[in-house]
Amino acid sequence: MADYEIPDDLSFTHEDEWVRREGNNLVVGVTDYAQQQLGDIVYVELPPVGSLVSKGDPFGVIESVKAVSDLYAPVSGEVVDVNTDLAEHPEAVNEDCYGDGWMIAIAITSEDELESLMDVPAYRQHVDDRSD
Amino acid sequence: MLEAVGVGSLEALFASVPQKHRLQRALAVPAAASEQELLGELSALAARNAHHASHDWFLGAGSYAHFIPSAVDAIASRSEFYTAYTPYQAEISQGTLQAIFEWQTMICGLTGLEVSNASMYDGASATAEAALMAMRITHRNKIVLADSVHPHYREVVETYLDGLDARIVAAPRAPDGRTAPLAGLVDAETACVVLQQPNFWGAIEDVAAAAAAARAQGAKLVVVVSEALSLALLRPPGSLGADIVCGEAQSFGVPIGLGGPNLGFMATRMSFVRNLPGRLVGQTVDGEGRRGFVLTLSTREQHIRRERATSNICTNQGLCLLMATVYLSLLGRVGLRRLAERNLAKAEYAKARVRATPGLTLPFTAPTFNEFVVGVRGDAQAALARALEAGIMGGLDLAPHAPEIGSAVLVCATELATREAIDRLVAALAGGRP
Repeated sequence: MADYEIPDDLSFTHEDEWVRREGNNLVVGVTDYAQQQLGDIVYVELPPVGSLVSKGDPFGVIESVKAVSDLYAPVSGEVVDVNTDLAEHPEAVNEDCYGDGWMIAIAITSEDELESLMDVPAYRQHVDDRSD
Repeated sequence: MLEAVGVGSLEALFASVPQKHRLQRALAVPAAASEQELLGELSALAARNAHHASHDWFLGAGSYAHFIPSAVDAIASRSEFYTAYTPYQAEISQGTLQAIFEWQTMICGLTGLEVSNASMYDGASATAEAALMAMRITHRNKIVLADSVHPHYREVVETYLDGLDARIVAAPRAPDGRTAPLAGLVDAETACVVLQQPNFWGAIEDVAAAAAAARAQGAKLVVVVSEALSLALLRPPGSLGADIVCGEAQSFGVPIGLGGPNLGFMATRMSFVRNLPGRLVGQTVDGEGRRGFVLTLSTREQHIRRERATSNICTNQGLCLLMATVYLSLLGRVGLRRLAERNLAKAEYAKARVRATPGLTLPFTAPTFNEFVVGVRGDAQAALARALEAGIMGGLDLAPHAPEIGSAVLVCATELATREAIDRLVAALAGGRP
């Protein structure tokens, strides 16, 4: 079975995104499992700062050499920061998905929405369920 | 068939139609004609049409009469090209793919931009797609649309944007025929400025100034071209700061049809390629290192992205694109420029004749290419009727489009116009004996 890094301090979505709480903001990216499944990332399209996203709705696009996928907002809120470096260096998602490959930061509007996120054991199970 | 749908007779099939709504007699149509009789009748009907082979032709306004070398049809009619389907399977589509790639290359050269798509329906829909594309790039929703863009194109833009969260603001015409300075119209909400070059009145716009006005507010500049031949003579809009150049390439070897088919084109900067609608062909190498062509960046398109594609209402015009590619290849860079110069010379001769003729005026002073506005005394329809009487299609009556400039006709002189025909046109429009 392939080895996927799942850091202890993060929460996760069913769509294989990770979120990190920083004050009132949630930083969002895709997981190691997601980037390994997608392969070489060639393009990431992200929303501008100030746009509003709704939990579960697409907020951007990630494109690899073999597939193109939507990115889904883990919570509702305003986009307060965007990793504009990804426009020039989408490969950062492959190289450092939990660091330089971060995508957006969302200002949280509802604490309740955080409850639907998965913790590490739950996400590991979610990954294992789809692995051979 | 009646048996298949489960009724016994024709009468039973129509039983639900009340008697009073039925025709109780045989249709009053003539007896069937033989093929020979029918062709004779249709030929006689077709002979009543005016076209650029039967009349001296000065009508442009979006569709331009140019000479088409016989080789264009001969090559485009080869069944390898003529019957080819969308080249999804690169292994069996290299001819079509290479033709599209060469078209894209030529459009990039003519527009001064880095990437062209594989064509669109027509100039009007390409303009609307360009406005949508600028909205995607900027995440803004206001379109500054010059009044001097072809009225049909403006209508299509309005139709495409209807129902979207978008707002169209008109940029008015200045007294010289160009678009008035844009300062004040472009703001931080503006996605793009849409300008036509040359504009609907034939005037050559100041593209660099419009680009600066757009850029100052972070907006994009869309330059629309309805007479593609002008690109052979004018500075490429891309080199003047246009972000998207689109329009109509019917002038390149596609005959004027009643309603089409036409040939839209669209080019932009490489940094916007992910927002470009439509098909795109790229050059690559196969497993043995040989040059080959493939559809590329297809993830923008609806067969992959579905409802989130860059467009769900466009396609390329494979056959017209092929005709244009053959036409441009036959003329070459120098030939195309000479042809454009000849168009300019014909139009300048006609303008000089108009200037020297009492009763006719040139209401706009801006420089022009092969099309310009002529002010006439009295009714423009009467002037055009006099021309038609003399075997001349004199141009477009501008009354529905610009009543404020008085009686006026939009006149286009291409390489097909002879001096003698121009002299007769001027005489007819002025009201003298042609």
